[in-house]
Amino acid sequence: MRELVIKPKSVFRLDVREIWEYRELFYFLAWRDLKVRYKQTAIGVAWAVLQPLLTTVVFTVFFGKIAGITTGNIPYPVFAFTGLLFWNYFSNFLSDASGSLVANRGIIEKVYFPRLIVPLSGIVVYLVDFFIGLIMFGVLVIVYGVHVSLLGIAFIIPAVCIATLASSGLGMFFAALNVKYRDVRYALPFFIQLIMFVSPVIYPASVLGRHQWLWYFNPLSGVLEGTRSLLFGLSPLNVPLLLSSAGMSIVLFVVGLLYFKRTEQWFADIV
Amino acid sequence: MTVIEARNIGKRYSLHRSNASYRALRDDIMNAFHWFTHGRGKRRDTDEFWALRDIDFSVQQGEVLGIIGPNGSGKSTLLKILSRITPPTTGEVKIRGRVGSLLEVGTGFHPELTGRENIFLNGAILGMGKKEITRKMDEIVAFSGIEKFLDTPVKYYSSGMYVRLAFAIAAHMDPDILLVDEVLAVGDAEFQKKCLGKMEEITKKQGRTILFVSHNLDSIRTLCSRCILLRNGRKIIDEKTDLVINSYLKDIYKENITGYVFKNDLSKEAVITRVEINSEQGNQSGFLADKEINVNVEFEINTPIQALLCLMVTDKENSPYIFSSEKDDRPDNEQSLKSYQKGLYRALITIPPNTFIPGFYDFKLQIDQPFIKTFDITSSLSVIVSEKTRPLGVHWREKIQVKIAPSISYTITQKT
Repeated sequence: MRELVIKPKSVFRLDVREIWEYRELFYFLAWRDLKVRYKQTAIGVAWAVLQPLLTTVVFTVFFGKIAGITTGNIPYPVFAFTGLLFWNYFSNFLSDASGSLVANRGIIEKVYFPRLIVPLSGIVVYLVDFFIGLIMFGVLVIVYGVHVSLLGIAFIIPAVCIATLASSGLGMFFAALNVKYRDVRYALPFFIQLIMFVSPVIYPASVLGRHQWLWYFNPLSGVLEGTRSLLFGLSPLNVPLLLSSAGMSIVLFVVGLLYFKRTEQWFADIV
Repeated sequence: MTVIEARNIGKRYSLHRSNASYRALRDDIMNAFHWFTHGRGKRRDTDEFWALRDIDFSVQQGEVLGIIGPNGSGKSTLLKILSRITPPTTGEVKIRGRVGSLLEVGTGFHPELTGRENIFLNGAILGMGKKEITRKMDEIVAFSGIEKFLDTPVKYYSSGMYVRLAFAIAAHMDPDILLVDEVLAVGDAEFQKKCLGKMEEITKKQGRTILFVSHNLDSIRTLCSRCILLRNGRKIIDEKTDLVINSYLKDIYKENITGYVFKNDLSKEAVITRVEINSEQGNQSGFLADKEINVNVEFEINTPIQALLCLMVTDKENSPYIFSSEKDDRPDNEQSLKSYQKGLYRALITIPPNTFIPGFYDFKLQIDQPFIKTFDITSSLSVIVSEKTRPLGVHWREKIQVKIAPSISYTITQKT
C-alpha cells in the first residue's frame, strides 16, 4: 500500500509522475471548458470565427487604409490575420490561465490535485480556436490569391509551441499572483493590451528601423516574423531572432513554473 | 494496521490586520516603495493564530473516527491537512492508502453540463478515472435516484437532486480512507438515512477507514466507535464516542456566560453596546430546546430618535427564522415607533421554550425604523440549540424535518 507523508512546506519538486496520474483530470477539465464553450454550437464556433475576423476588419480599416502601414506584397488583411491568429491564441490562453485558479476556487479549496492542471488545461479550448482560425486563414489566402509556402505552414507547429511556452509561463505566473493579489485581474487586460502593441502583430517588425534589436526581448516577435517570412517568402528567416524568442519563452515558462510551484501550497488558504 | 499517524500537527494562519477583504498588489508595491525611501520601518502588521496545535492521533484500518468540537475548533482545518489541501505548519502525518474526501459535495459541478457529464467531471475531480466512472455509472445513477434527469443540465435541478447526485458520486469513490465533513446535513430525511446507511455499509462491510466531522451528535453516535474532541485547535479528549459526547455536552452547558460587547460610537444616533444570551441552563454556545432563551441587551441612545429594538434570527443558510420587535408592527409606521431620549437602556427579550428545533442559529439585534432606517445592527451572534432534556418526539420530527417544534397540548374527550 502506498505510504504518503504530509509535512510542512515540502521542498520544491516538480512531480511529473503525479501530474501524469492526474492526466484524466486534465482531460476532463479541458473537456468541460470545450463543452461549455461549444454547448450552444453556433455561438461557440461563431465566436472563434468572428473574433479574429472582426478585429482584422477593424485593423485593416485603421492601420491598413488610414495609417497606411506597408506590408510589402502581402494584402494587409492577410498580413494582420496571420498576426491575430497567433495573438488571439496567446492572449486568450494567457488571460484564461491567469484567472483560472480564482475561477476554480471551489475545487481548489475542497480537493487535492496537482494545481498546475488548472491553468494548463485551458490550452485545449484555445488550440481548437486556433485551428478554426487556421481554416479561415486558408479561406482568406485563397480569396486574396496569396501564395503560401509549405515550409511556412509546417513552421506553424514550432511557432505555436513557442507561443504556448510564453503564454503558459506568463499564465502560471499571473494565476498565482492573482490568488495572492486580487487587484491583478484589473491590471491584466491592460498589460495584455500593452504586449500587443509592442509585438509585431498588426504591423511588420521593420517599423522599428535601426532599433530592431529590441525585438530580441519579445518572445512573440520571432513567432510572428518567422511565420510571415516563411509563409509568404518575403524575407529570409531571421534565425537569431527566432532562437532568442524561443529562449525568452523558455525563460518565461521556467520563471512562471517556479513561482507557481513556490506559492502553490498556499492557494487553498488564500484563494 | 495503523493507516493514519499524525504527530504534533499544527497549523498557523496569519491574519492581516488591515480590514481589506483581499490583498492588493498596489498596496504591497507602495509599502515596498515606502520601505526603500524611509528605510526599515514597521513591517506589515499581522496577527497570528493557531488553528491547530500539537495534535497527535492514530487511526487503525477499518476504524470510524468522529471529530467533534465547537465552531472554529479546528475540525475542518484538520481534514484539510489530511486531504493535502493545505500543508501543516508543524508536524507530520503518515498515511497509508488512497485518501478520498467528502469535504463538500458537488465540488466542481458545472451548471451548464448535464447530470451525466457532471458525474464524469466530478468523478475526475475526486480522483476517479474514466474507466472507473463508466463502470460505476449505473450504480451512481441508481443511488442518486435522478435517472429521468440524467441528460438535463444540472442548473435545472432542485437543490435536493443536486445534493443527491453529488453524494452519490462521492459515495462511490473507492478510497481506503474517507474524510467526511458535514455532508449529512443536506438532503431530505429519507436521503440522509440512505447516506448514513451507505456510510455504515462502507465501514462495516468493506473495512474502510473513515474520519467523520459533524455537528450532528446523533449521527456521530451511530457511526463512530471512537471520537476526538477539539477545542481551540487542541485535542481535548480521544476516547470512546459516548464518553466524548457526554463531556462535550457537559462542557457546553457549564461554560461561563459571557456577553458580546460593542463600543459606543458617538457619531451614530444609537449603538447596541452589550448582548448577553442565556438561559436557565446553557449559554451562548448551547441551549436546550425546551428552555426559555433570554436575550439581555444594552443600548445607548446618543441623539433622540424614533425607533424600535428588533431581534432577527436566521438559520445558518441565512433564511429568516424569526423577526420580532418591541412593538407590534402596524401599517401606520409612525405610530408604531417609540421615542427614545438620550441615555442608556437595558432590555430583556424572552423567547419562549420550544421555539427552535435543534440546530445552529444566528441572532442579530438591531435598532431601526423597519424598512426605513437602521441605526445600529450587531454582527451575527451564534447560538446552538441542542436536544430537549427529554428527547420526546425526536424520532418523528427528524423524519419529517419540521421547522419548529413547540410542545402542543392535545385534549381529547370521548363524547359517546
